[in-house]
Amino acid sequence: MDHQKRNNLENGARRRAMQLGWFSVALGVTELLFARRLARWMGMRGQAGLLRFYGVREIATGIGIFATQDNPSAFMWGRVGGDMIDIATLAANVSGNPRKAAIALALANVGGVTAMDVMTARQLSLVKELAAPPVRDYSDRVGLGGTPDSMRGAARSDFQQPRDMQTPPGMRPTMH
Amino acid sequence: MRALVYHGKHDIRCDNVPDPTLEHPRDAIIRVTSTCICGSDLHLFDGFMMGMKDGDIVGHEPMGEVIEVGSEVRNLKVGDRVVVPFTIQCGECDQCKVGNFSVCERTNRNAGMAAKMFGHATAGLFGYSHLTGGYAGGQAEYLRVPYADVGPVKIPEGLSDEQVVFLSDILPTGWQAAVQADIQPTDTVAIWGAGPVGQFAVRSAILLGARQVICIDREPERLSMAAAGGATTINFEQESVIDRLNELTGNKGPEKCIDCVGLEAHVGMKHPDSIVDRAKQAIMAETDRPHVLREMIYVCRPGGVLSIPGVYGGLVDKIPFGALMNKGLTVRTGQTHVPRWTADLLRRIQQGQIDPTFVITHTVGLEQGPEMYKVFRDKQDGCVKVVLKPGMH
Repeated sequence: MDHQKRNNLENGARRRAMQLGWFSVALGVTELLFARRLARWMGMRGQAGLLRFYGVREIATGIGIFATQDNPSAFMWGRVGGDMIDIATLAANVSGNPRKAAIALALANVGGVTAMDVMTARQLSLVKELAAPPVRDYSDRVGLGGTPDSMRGAARSDFQQPRDMQTPPGMRPTMH
Repeated sequence: MRALVYHGKHDIRCDNVPDPTLEHPRDAIIRVTSTCICGSDLHLFDGFMMGMKDGDIVGHEPMGEVIEVGSEVRNLKVGDRVVVPFTIQCGECDQCKVGNFSVCERTNRNAGMAAKMFGHATAGLFGYSHLTGGYAGGQAEYLRVPYADVGPVKIPEGLSDEQVVFLSDILPTGWQAAVQADIQPTDTVAIWGAGPVGQFAVRSAILLGARQVICIDREPERLSMAAAGGATTINFEQESVIDRLNELTGNKGPEKCIDCVGLEAHVGMKHPDSIVDRAKQAIMAETDRPHVLREMIYVCRPGGVLSIPGVYGGLVDKIPFGALMNKGLTVRTGQTHVPRWTADLLRRIQQGQIDPTFVITHTVGLEQGPEMYKVFRDKQDGCVKVVLKPGMH
Protein backbone atom coordinates (compact mmCIF):
# COMPACT_ATOMS: atom_id res chain seq x y z
CA MET A 1 0.00 0.00 0.00
CA ASP A 2 1.49 3.36 -0.96
CA HIS A 3 1.78 6.22 1.48
CA GLN A 4 -1.09 8.18 -0.01
CA LYS A 5 -3.49 5.26 0.44
CA ARG A 6 -2.19 4.67 3.94
CA ASN A 7 -2.71 8.35 4.79
CA ASN A 8 -6.23 8.32 3.38
CA LEU A 9 -7.07 5.17 5.34
CA GLU A 10 -5.60 6.64 8.50
CA ASN A 11 -7.35 9.98 8.14
CA GLY A 12 -10.73 8.37 7.48
CA ALA A 13 -10.39 5.99 10.42
CA ARG A 14 -9.21 8.74 12.76
CA ARG A 15 -12.08 10.99 11.78
CA ARG A 16 -14.59 8.20 12.36
CA ALA A 17 -12.95 7.35 15.68
CA MET A 18 -13.39 10.96 16.82
CA GLN A 19 -17.06 10.82 15.86
CA LEU A 20 -17.48 7.58 17.76
CA GLY A 21 -15.64 9.17 20.70
CA TRP A 22 -18.22 11.95 20.83
CA PHE A 23 -20.98 9.35 20.49
CA SER A 24 -19.44 7.48 23.42
CA VAL A 25 -19.40 10.57 25.63
CA ALA A 26 -22.96 11.53 24.66
CA LEU A 27 -24.28 8.02 25.31
CA GLY A 28 -22.38 7.86 28.59
CA VAL A 29 -23.81 11.15 29.82
CA THR A 30 -27.30 10.01 28.83
CA GLU A 31 -26.87 6.71 30.71
CA LEU A 32 -25.59 8.55 33.77
CA LEU A 33 -28.33 11.17 33.86
CA PHE A 34 -31.32 9.10 32.73
CA ALA A 35 -30.39 5.62 33.97
CA ARG A 36 -33.66 5.02 35.79
CA ARG A 37 -35.80 6.16 32.85
CA LEU A 38 -33.78 4.09 30.37
CA ALA A 39 -34.00 0.99 32.57
CA ARG A 40 -37.75 1.40 32.84
CA TRP A 41 -38.12 1.92 29.05
CA MET A 42 -36.22 -1.31 28.32
CA GLY A 43 -38.00 -3.27 31.03
CA MET A 44 -34.80 -3.59 33.05
CA ARG A 45 -36.16 -2.42 36.38
CA GLY A 46 -33.65 -2.49 39.20
CA GLN A 47 -30.70 -2.25 36.84
CA ALA A 48 -30.28 1.55 36.77
CA GLY A 49 -27.03 1.23 38.72
CA LEU A 50 -25.62 -1.08 36.05
CA LEU A 51 -26.55 1.42 33.33
CA ARG A 52 -24.82 4.21 35.27
CA PHE A 53 -21.69 2.05 35.48
CA TYR A 54 -21.88 1.50 31.72
CA GLY A 55 -22.26 5.27 31.32
CA VAL A 56 -19.00 5.87 33.18
CA ARG A 57 -17.34 3.25 30.97
CA GLU A 58 -18.59 5.00 27.81
CA ILE A 59 -17.34 8.42 28.95
CA ALA A 60 -13.93 7.00 29.91
CA THR A 61 -13.63 5.31 26.52
CA GLY A 62 -14.61 8.52 24.72
CA ILE A 63 -12.01 10.52 26.62
CA GLY A 64 -9.45 7.81 25.88
CA ILE A 65 -10.17 8.13 22.16
CA PHE A 66 -9.71 11.92 22.28
CA ALA A 67 -6.53 11.60 24.29
CA THR A 68 -4.95 9.12 21.86
CA GLN A 69 -6.30 10.68 18.70
CA ASP A 70 -3.13 10.00 16.70
CA ASN A 71 -4.07 6.35 16.75
CA PRO A 72 -6.83 5.43 19.22
CA SER A 73 -6.95 1.77 18.17
CA ALA A 74 -6.65 0.50 21.79
CA PHE A 75 -9.65 2.52 22.93
CA MET A 76 -11.57 1.59 19.77
CA TRP A 77 -11.07 -2.09 20.61
CA GLY A 78 -12.17 -1.10 24.11
CA ARG A 79 -15.39 0.16 22.57
CA VAL A 80 -15.83 -3.14 20.76
CA GLY A 81 -15.42 -4.96 24.10
CA GLY A 82 -18.00 -2.63 25.63
CA ASP A 83 -20.37 -3.36 22.75
CA MET A 84 -20.10 -7.09 23.51
CA ILE A 85 -20.96 -6.47 27.15
CA ASP A 86 -23.94 -4.31 26.10
CA ILE A 87 -25.19 -7.02 23.72
CA ALA A 88 -24.80 -9.70 26.40
CA THR A 89 -26.64 -7.54 28.95
CA LEU A 90 -29.51 -6.81 26.56
CA ALA A 91 -29.74 -10.45 25.43
CA ALA A 92 -29.93 -11.61 29.03
CA ASN A 93 -32.94 -9.35 29.50
CA VAL A 94 -34.97 -10.58 26.53
CA SER A 95 -36.80 -13.53 28.05
CA GLY A 96 -39.79 -12.65 30.16
CA ASN A 97 -39.36 -8.94 29.36
CA PRO A 98 -42.67 -7.11 28.72
CA ARG A 99 -40.72 -4.46 26.72
CA LYS A 100 -39.31 -6.83 24.08
CA ALA A 101 -39.70 -4.25 21.29
CA ALA A 102 -37.57 -1.72 23.17
CA ILE A 103 -34.90 -4.34 23.85
CA ALA A 104 -34.92 -5.35 20.16
CA LEU A 105 -34.52 -1.70 19.12
CA ALA A 106 -31.64 -1.24 21.55
CA LEU A 107 -29.99 -4.44 20.26
CA ALA A 108 -30.32 -3.29 16.66
CA ASN A 109 -28.72 0.05 17.54
CA VAL A 110 -25.86 -1.56 19.43
CA GLY A 111 -25.37 -3.97 16.51
CA GLY A 112 -25.04 -1.09 14.04
CA VAL A 113 -22.61 0.81 16.23
CA THR A 114 -20.61 -2.39 16.84
CA ALA A 115 -20.12 -2.80 13.09
CA MET A 116 -18.78 0.75 12.87
CA ASP A 117 -16.55 0.19 15.91
CA VAL A 118 -15.08 -3.05 14.54
CA MET A 119 -14.40 -1.53 11.11
CA THR A 120 -12.72 1.54 12.61
CA ALA A 121 -10.68 -0.46 15.14
CA ARG A 122 -9.48 -2.84 12.40
CA GLN A 123 -8.46 0.00 10.11
CA LEU A 124 -6.57 1.75 12.91
CA SER A 125 -4.78 -1.49 13.80
CA LEU A 126 -3.90 -2.01 10.13
CA VAL A 127 -2.47 1.51 9.90
CA LYS A 128 -0.34 0.78 12.97
CA GLU A 129 1.07 -2.33 11.33
CA LEU A 130 1.87 -0.60 8.05
CA ALA A 131 5.18 1.14 7.86
CA ALA A 132 4.93 4.85 8.57
CA PRO A 133 6.09 7.09 5.73
CA PRO A 134 9.82 7.82 5.86
CA VAL A 135 10.72 10.91 7.82
CA ARG A 136 12.05 13.64 5.52
CA ASP A 137 15.49 14.89 6.40
CA TYR A 138 15.60 18.67 6.57
CA SER A 139 18.79 18.85 8.57
CA ASP A 140 20.59 20.68 5.73
CA ARG A 141 18.02 23.49 5.50
CA VAL A 142 19.90 26.15 7.41
CA GLY A 143 18.21 29.18 5.81
CA LEU A 144 20.97 31.54 6.94
CA GLY A 145 24.00 32.97 5.20
CA GLY A 146 26.33 30.67 7.14
CA THR A 147 26.26 28.25 10.03
CA PRO A 148 23.95 29.32 12.87
CA ASP A 149 26.95 29.96 15.11
CA SER A 150 28.62 32.15 12.53
CA MET A 151 25.36 34.10 11.97
CA ARG A 152 24.49 34.52 15.66
CA GLY A 153 23.96 38.21 16.30
CA ALA A 154 24.60 39.18 12.65
CA ALA A 155 21.63 41.54 12.67
CA ARG A 156 22.56 43.33 15.90
CA SER A 157 25.06 45.62 14.23
CA ASP A 158 22.55 47.24 11.90
CA PHE A 159 19.19 46.75 13.56
CA GLN A 160 17.68 49.38 15.82
CA GLN A 161 15.38 47.76 18.39
CA PRO A 162 12.10 49.71 18.20
CA ARG A 163 11.42 51.71 21.36
CA ASP A 164 7.90 50.32 21.70
CA MET A 165 9.29 46.78 21.81
CA GLN A 166 11.98 47.34 24.43
CA THR A 167 11.81 46.21 28.02
CA PRO A 168 13.26 48.91 30.29
CA PRO A 169 16.66 47.66 31.53
CA GLY A 170 15.55 47.73 35.19
CA MET A 171 12.72 45.31 34.44
CA ARG A 172 14.82 42.72 32.57
CA PRO A 173 15.37 39.32 34.18
CA THR A 174 19.15 39.40 33.68
CA MET A 175 21.83 42.09 33.75
CA HIS A 176 23.51 43.15 30.49
CA MET B 1 -10.40 33.52 -13.00
CA ARG B 2 -9.59 30.49 -10.86
CA ALA B 3 -9.45 30.95 -7.10
CA LEU B 4 -9.57 28.92 -3.90
CA VAL B 5 -12.97 29.52 -2.39
CA TYR B 6 -14.28 28.78 1.11
CA HIS B 7 -17.53 26.80 1.15
CA GLY B 8 -17.60 25.79 4.82
CA LYS B 9 -15.59 23.80 7.32
CA HIS B 10 -13.09 21.50 5.56
CA ASP B 11 -14.51 22.57 2.20
CA ILE B 12 -12.23 24.75 0.08
CA ARG B 13 -12.56 24.38 -3.68
CA CYS B 14 -10.86 25.73 -6.77
CA ASP B 15 -13.69 27.61 -8.48
CA ASN B 16 -14.27 29.96 -11.39
CA VAL B 17 -15.06 33.42 -10.03
CA PRO B 18 -15.31 36.90 -11.60
CA ASP B 19 -12.02 38.75 -12.18
CA PRO B 20 -11.38 41.62 -9.78
CA THR B 21 -11.67 45.19 -11.01
CA LEU B 22 -10.44 48.56 -9.77
CA GLU B 23 -12.94 49.90 -7.25
CA HIS B 24 -11.03 52.93 -5.99
CA PRO B 25 -8.31 55.23 -7.37
CA ARG B 26 -5.86 53.82 -4.78
CA ASP B 27 -6.38 50.21 -5.97
CA ALA B 28 -4.13 48.07 -8.10
CA ILE B 29 -4.73 44.68 -9.71
CA ILE B 30 -1.98 42.10 -9.72
CA ARG B 31 -1.60 38.85 -11.61
CA VAL B 32 -0.59 36.44 -8.88
CA THR B 33 2.57 34.48 -9.69
CA SER B 34 3.09 32.84 -6.28
CA THR B 35 0.89 32.56 -3.23
CA CYS B 36 1.08 30.36 -0.15
CA ILE B 37 -1.04 28.46 2.32
CA CYS B 38 -0.49 29.87 5.80
CA GLY B 39 -0.92 28.03 9.10
CA SER B 40 -3.57 30.59 9.99
CA ASP B 41 -5.52 29.59 6.85
CA LEU B 42 -5.96 26.24 8.60
CA HIS B 43 -7.97 27.97 11.34
CA LEU B 44 -10.43 28.99 8.61
CA PHE B 45 -10.33 25.53 7.05
CA ASP B 46 -10.99 23.87 10.42
CA GLY B 47 -13.89 26.22 11.17
CA PHE B 48 -12.36 27.96 14.17
CA MET B 49 -12.50 31.54 12.86
CA MET B 50 -15.75 33.43 12.92
CA GLY B 51 -16.99 35.65 10.12
CA MET B 52 -16.36 33.46 7.08
CA LYS B 53 -19.03 33.18 4.39
CA ASP B 54 -19.69 30.68 1.65
CA GLY B 55 -17.96 32.00 -1.48
CA ASP B 56 -15.11 33.92 0.21
CA ILE B 57 -11.77 33.76 -1.65
CA VAL B 58 -9.04 32.77 0.81
CA GLY B 59 -5.30 33.40 1.01
CA HIS B 60 -3.14 36.23 2.27
CA GLU B 61 0.44 35.53 1.17
CA PRO B 62 0.51 36.61 -2.49
CA MET B 63 2.95 38.21 -4.86
CA GLY B 64 2.74 38.93 -8.54
CA GLU B 65 2.92 41.39 -11.39
CA VAL B 66 1.00 44.67 -11.47
CA ILE B 67 -1.38 44.70 -14.44
CA GLU B 68 -3.53 47.74 -13.63
CA VAL B 69 -3.25 50.71 -11.28
CA GLY B 70 -5.73 53.30 -10.06
CA SER B 71 -5.24 56.99 -10.81
CA GLU B 72 -3.90 57.77 -7.31
CA VAL B 73 -1.28 55.00 -7.25
CA ARG B 74 1.92 56.72 -8.30
CA ASN B 75 4.54 54.45 -6.81
CA LEU B 76 3.63 51.41 -8.93
CA LYS B 77 3.39 50.88 -12.66
CA VAL B 78 2.16 48.07 -14.85
CA GLY B 79 4.79 45.33 -15.01
CA ASP B 80 6.23 45.89 -11.52
CA ARG B 81 6.78 42.75 -9.45
CA VAL B 82 5.36 43.19 -5.97
CA VAL B 83 4.86 41.26 -2.75
CA VAL B 84 1.58 42.13 -1.05
CA PRO B 85 1.54 42.26 2.78
CA PHE B 86 -1.37 40.38 4.33
CA THR B 87 -2.35 43.47 6.30
CA ILE B 88 -4.07 46.31 4.47
CA GLN B 89 -2.99 49.74 5.68
CA CYS B 90 -3.92 53.30 4.76
CA GLY B 91 -0.60 54.84 5.80
CA GLU B 92 -2.36 57.96 7.09
CA CYS B 93 -4.22 57.15 10.30
CA ASP B 94 -2.73 57.63 13.77
CA GLN B 95 -1.83 53.93 14.08
CA CYS B 96 -0.20 53.71 10.64
CA LYS B 97 1.82 56.86 11.35
CA VAL B 98 3.51 55.16 14.32
CA GLY B 99 4.02 51.87 12.47
CA ASN B 100 1.14 49.92 13.99
CA PHE B 101 -0.08 48.87 10.56
CA SER B 102 -1.98 45.76 11.67
CA VAL B 103 -4.34 47.94 13.68
CA CYS B 104 -4.89 50.51 10.94
CA GLU B 105 -8.01 52.49 11.80
CA ARG B 106 -9.38 52.86 8.28
CA THR B 107 -9.00 49.72 6.18
CA ASN B 108 -11.43 47.36 7.90
CA ARG B 109 -14.64 47.71 5.89
CA ASN B 110 -16.58 45.91 8.62
CA ALA B 111 -15.24 47.96 11.49
CA GLY B 112 -18.58 47.86 13.30
CA MET B 113 -18.65 44.07 13.33
CA ALA B 114 -15.01 43.90 14.44
CA ALA B 115 -15.57 46.48 17.17
CA LYS B 116 -18.44 44.42 18.58
CA MET B 117 -16.12 41.43 18.77
CA PHE B 118 -12.87 43.07 19.91
CA GLY B 119 -13.94 46.40 21.39
CA HIS B 120 -12.27 48.32 18.57
CA ALA B 121 -11.66 47.35 14.96
CA THR B 122 -8.30 46.16 13.65
CA ALA B 123 -6.93 46.48 10.11
CA GLY B 124 -8.39 44.87 7.04
CA LEU B 125 -6.69 41.63 6.03
CA PHE B 126 -6.77 39.75 2.74
CA GLY B 127 -8.91 36.61 2.67
CA TYR B 128 -9.38 36.34 6.41
CA SER B 129 -13.08 36.61 7.22
CA HIS B 130 -15.54 39.47 7.26
CA LEU B 131 -14.33 40.47 10.73
CA THR B 132 -11.22 41.78 8.98
CA GLY B 133 -13.01 43.53 6.15
CA GLY B 134 -14.19 40.70 3.95
CA TYR B 135 -11.51 41.35 1.32
CA ALA B 136 -11.01 38.75 -1.40
CA GLY B 137 -7.88 36.70 -0.76
CA GLY B 138 -4.76 36.02 -2.75
CA GLN B 139 -5.04 32.30 -3.52
CA ALA B 140 -6.28 33.26 -6.94
CA GLU B 141 -5.07 34.17 -10.40
CA TYR B 142 -5.69 37.88 -9.83
CA LEU B 143 -6.01 40.09 -6.76
CA ARG B 144 -7.34 43.56 -6.13
CA VAL B 145 -4.98 45.38 -3.79
CA PRO B 146 -6.64 48.27 -1.93
CA TYR B 147 -4.39 51.13 -0.73
CA ALA B 148 -1.83 49.87 -3.24
CA ASP B 149 0.17 53.08 -2.80
CA VAL B 150 1.08 51.97 0.74
CA GLY B 151 1.54 48.23 1.22
CA PRO B 152 3.04 46.41 -1.79
CA VAL B 153 6.80 45.88 -1.78
CA LYS B 154 8.50 46.37 -5.14
CA ILE B 155 10.92 43.54 -5.86
CA PRO B 156 14.19 44.34 -7.56
CA GLU B 157 15.50 42.25 -10.44
CA GLY B 158 17.43 39.10 -9.69
CA LEU B 159 15.34 37.75 -6.85
CA SER B 160 13.09 34.74 -7.39
CA ASP B 161 9.50 34.54 -6.15
CA GLU B 162 10.58 31.87 -3.68
CA GLN B 163 13.16 34.20 -2.12
CA VAL B 164 10.72 37.03 -1.48
CA VAL B 165 7.12 35.74 -1.35
CA PHE B 166 7.31 35.17 2.41
CA LEU B 167 7.79 38.92 2.93
CA SER B 168 3.98 38.92 2.64
CA ASP B 169 3.57 37.33 6.07
CA ILE B 170 5.59 34.56 7.67
CA LEU B 171 9.08 36.08 7.44
CA PRO B 172 8.07 39.43 8.99
CA THR B 173 5.86 37.54 11.44
CA GLY B 174 8.74 35.36 12.64
CA TRP B 175 10.97 38.45 12.71
CA GLN B 176 8.49 40.57 14.70
CA ALA B 177 8.00 37.65 17.08
CA ALA B 178 11.72 37.76 17.86
CA VAL B 179 12.01 41.56 17.82
CA GLN B 180 9.13 42.09 20.24
CA ALA B 181 10.76 39.56 22.58
CA ASP B 182 13.53 42.19 22.91
CA ILE B 183 16.29 39.57 22.67
CA GLN B 184 19.51 40.21 24.57
CA PRO B 185 22.79 38.37 23.92
CA THR B 186 22.50 36.40 27.17
CA ASP B 187 18.94 35.24 26.51
CA THR B 188 17.50 31.79 26.08
CA VAL B 189 14.56 32.04 23.69
CA ALA B 190 12.03 29.19 23.74
CA ILE B 191 9.83 28.90 20.65
CA TRP B 192 6.72 26.74 20.66
CA GLY B 193 5.82 25.39 17.21
CA ALA B 194 8.25 24.50 14.42
CA GLY B 195 5.87 25.38 11.61
CA PRO B 196 6.82 28.05 9.06
CA VAL B 197 6.52 31.01 11.46
CA GLY B 198 8.39 29.08 14.16
CA GLN B 199 11.17 28.34 11.66
CA PHE B 200 11.57 32.02 10.84
CA ALA B 201 11.38 32.92 14.53
CA VAL B 202 14.29 30.50 15.19
CA ARG B 203 16.44 32.13 12.50
CA SER B 204 15.42 35.65 13.56
CA ALA B 205 16.34 34.89 17.18
CA ILE B 206 19.76 33.64 16.03
CA LEU B 207 20.33 36.75 13.87
CA LEU B 208 19.30 38.95 16.80
CA GLY B 209 21.92 37.25 18.93
CA ALA B 210 20.12 34.93 21.35
CA ARG B 211 22.64 32.82 23.28
CA GLN B 212 20.38 29.76 23.14
CA VAL B 213 17.29 29.08 21.00
CA ILE B 214 15.03 26.16 21.86
CA CYS B 215 12.23 24.93 19.61
CA ILE B 216 9.35 22.72 20.77
CA ASP B 217 7.26 20.52 18.47
CA ARG B 218 6.55 16.84 17.88
CA GLU B 219 7.14 16.46 14.14
CA PRO B 220 10.63 15.03 13.47
CA GLU B 221 10.96 16.77 10.09
CA ARG B 222 10.11 20.15 11.51
CA LEU B 223 12.38 19.65 14.49
CA SER B 224 15.24 18.70 12.16
CA MET B 225 14.63 21.91 10.19
CA ALA B 226 14.63 23.96 13.40
CA ALA B 227 17.87 22.29 14.50
CA ALA B 228 19.43 23.14 11.13
CA GLY B 229 18.65 26.79 11.86
CA GLY B 230 20.44 26.65 15.18
CA ALA B 231 17.80 25.51 17.68
CA THR B 232 18.06 22.94 20.43
CA THR B 233 14.90 20.88 20.02
CA ILE B 234 12.36 19.39 22.39
CA ASN B 235 9.90 16.75 21.19
CA PHE B 236 6.98 17.27 23.55
CA GLU B 237 5.74 13.74 22.99
CA GLN B 238 9.02 12.27 24.22
CA GLU B 239 9.98 14.54 27.09
CA SER B 240 8.52 17.06 29.53
CA VAL B 241 8.75 20.56 28.08
CA ILE B 242 8.84 22.20 31.51
CA ASP B 243 11.54 19.87 32.89
CA ARG B 244 13.70 20.15 29.80
CA LEU B 245 13.44 23.94 29.57
CA ASN B 246 14.37 24.26 33.23
CA GLU B 247 17.26 21.85 32.72
CA LEU B 248 18.55 23.89 29.76
CA THR B 249 18.38 27.15 31.72
CA GLY B 250 19.94 26.21 35.04
CA ASN B 251 16.45 25.74 36.49
CA LYS B 252 15.60 29.42 35.91
CA GLY B 253 13.42 29.15 32.81
CA PRO B 254 13.85 30.90 29.45
CA GLU B 255 13.91 34.71 29.52
CA LYS B 256 11.89 34.92 26.32
CA CYS B 257 9.03 32.66 25.19
CA ILE B 258 7.43 32.78 21.74
CA ASP B 259 4.09 31.15 20.88
CA CYS B 260 4.06 30.18 17.19
CA VAL B 261 1.19 27.73 17.68
CA GLY B 262 -1.95 29.70 18.47
CA LEU B 263 -5.46 28.48 18.95
CA GLU B 264 -5.17 24.90 17.67
CA ALA B 265 -2.63 23.47 20.11
CA HIS B 266 -2.14 19.71 19.82
CA VAL B 267 -4.57 17.59 21.82
CA GLY B 268 -2.91 14.68 23.60
CA MET B 269 -2.81 12.49 26.67
CA LYS B 270 0.37 14.16 27.93
CA HIS B 271 -1.48 17.47 28.17
CA PRO B 272 -4.84 16.80 29.89
CA ASP B 273 -5.74 20.50 29.72
CA SER B 274 -5.74 20.23 25.92
CA ILE B 275 -8.34 17.45 26.10
CA VAL B 276 -10.58 19.62 28.26
CA ASP B 277 -10.07 22.53 25.84
CA ARG B 278 -11.03 20.32 22.88
CA ALA B 279 -14.19 19.17 24.64
CA LYS B 280 -15.08 22.77 25.49
CA GLN B 281 -14.49 23.83 21.89
CA ALA B 282 -16.89 21.14 20.74
CA ILE B 283 -19.68 22.44 22.97
CA MET B 284 -18.77 26.07 22.22
CA ALA B 285 -17.75 26.78 25.81
CA GLU B 286 -14.34 28.00 24.61
CA THR B 287 -13.15 29.01 21.14
CA ASP B 288 -9.37 28.47 21.40
CA ARG B 289 -7.01 25.87 22.89
CA PRO B 290 -4.42 27.88 24.87
CA HIS B 291 -2.15 25.07 26.12
CA VAL B 292 0.97 26.86 24.87
CA LEU B 293 0.02 30.09 26.65
CA ARG B 294 -0.36 28.22 29.94
CA GLU B 295 2.96 26.45 29.49
CA MET B 296 4.79 29.68 28.56
CA ILE B 297 3.43 31.60 31.53
CA TYR B 298 4.38 28.75 33.85
CA VAL B 299 7.93 28.18 32.61
CA CYS B 300 9.04 31.71 31.69
CA ARG B 301 11.65 33.31 33.93
CA PRO B 302 10.23 36.07 36.19
CA GLY B 303 10.61 39.41 34.47
CA GLY B 304 10.63 37.70 31.08
CA VAL B 305 8.74 38.43 27.90
CA LEU B 306 6.01 36.42 26.17
CA SER B 307 5.77 37.11 22.44
CA ILE B 308 2.61 35.79 20.81
CA PRO B 309 2.43 35.81 17.01
CA GLY B 310 0.24 32.67 17.10
CA VAL B 311 -3.33 33.49 16.12
CA TYR B 312 -6.11 33.45 18.71
CA GLY B 313 -9.68 34.19 17.74
CA GLY B 314 -11.87 34.52 20.79
CA LEU B 315 -12.10 33.18 24.32
CA VAL B 316 -9.65 31.09 26.32
CA ASP B 317 -10.09 29.49 29.74
CA LYS B 318 -7.88 28.75 32.73
CA ILE B 319 -5.08 31.15 31.97
CA PRO B 320 -2.75 31.27 35.01
CA PHE B 321 -2.97 35.02 35.31
CA GLY B 322 -1.72 34.90 38.89
CA ALA B 323 1.59 33.51 37.66
CA LEU B 324 1.70 36.06 34.85
CA MET B 325 1.11 38.95 37.25
CA ASN B 326 3.30 37.81 40.12
CA LYS B 327 6.23 36.96 37.84
CA GLY B 328 5.99 40.38 36.20
CA LEU B 329 5.89 39.01 32.69
CA THR B 330 5.53 41.29 29.70
CA VAL B 331 3.17 40.19 26.92
CA ARG B 332 3.62 41.47 23.38
CA THR B 333 1.30 40.20 20.68
CA GLY B 334 -0.71 41.20 17.63
CA GLN B 335 -0.94 40.64 13.93
CA THR B 336 2.28 41.61 12.21
CA HIS B 337 2.96 45.22 11.23
CA VAL B 338 4.30 43.89 7.95
CA PRO B 339 5.40 47.12 6.19
CA ARG B 340 7.42 48.06 9.28
CA TRP B 341 9.88 45.26 8.52
CA THR B 342 9.78 44.55 4.79
CA ALA B 343 12.47 46.96 3.56
CA ASP B 344 14.94 45.77 6.21
CA LEU B 345 14.17 42.09 5.56
CA LEU B 346 14.38 42.51 1.78
CA ARG B 347 17.85 43.98 2.29
CA ARG B 348 18.85 41.03 4.48
CA ILE B 349 17.63 38.62 1.76
CA GLN B 350 19.63 40.51 -0.87
CA GLN B 351 22.71 40.42 1.37
CA GLY B 352 22.31 36.68 1.84
CA GLN B 353 21.88 36.97 5.58
CA ILE B 354 18.69 34.95 5.38
CA ASP B 355 17.48 32.63 2.61
CA PRO B 356 13.73 32.05 3.07
CA THR B 357 13.54 29.30 0.43
CA PHE B 358 14.64 26.72 3.00
CA VAL B 359 11.09 26.40 4.35
CA ILE B 360 9.42 25.40 1.04
CA THR B 361 8.56 21.71 0.89
CA HIS B 362 5.75 21.66 -1.70
CA THR B 363 5.15 23.71 -4.86
CA VAL B 364 1.93 22.97 -6.78
CA GLY B 365 -0.63 24.57 -9.07
CA LEU B 366 -3.71 26.35 -7.75
CA GLU B 367 -5.94 23.42 -8.73
CA GLN B 368 -4.14 21.23 -6.20
CA GLY B 369 -4.70 23.79 -3.44
CA PRO B 370 -7.71 22.12 -1.81
CA GLU B 371 -5.82 18.83 -1.47
CA MET B 372 -2.75 20.64 -0.14
CA TYR B 373 -4.83 22.17 2.66
CA LYS B 374 -5.35 18.62 3.96
CA VAL B 375 -1.73 17.60 3.42
CA PHE B 376 -0.51 20.70 5.26
CA ARG B 377 -3.00 20.39 8.11
CA ASP B 378 -2.21 16.71 8.66
CA LYS B 379 1.54 17.34 8.22
CA GLN B 380 1.65 14.56 5.64
CA ASP B 381 4.56 14.00 3.30
CA GLY B 382 6.87 16.12 5.46
CA CYS B 383 4.86 19.20 4.58
CA VAL B 384 6.08 22.44 6.16
CA LYS B 385 5.24 25.12 3.57
CA VAL B 386 3.13 25.04 0.42
CA VAL B 387 3.65 27.51 -2.42
CA LEU B 388 0.84 27.69 -4.97
CA LYS B 389 1.59 28.74 -8.53
CA PRO B 390 -1.55 29.90 -10.36
CA GLY B 391 0.32 29.63 -13.65
CA MET B 392 1.35 26.01 -13.09
CA HIS B 393 -0.91 23.39 -14.64
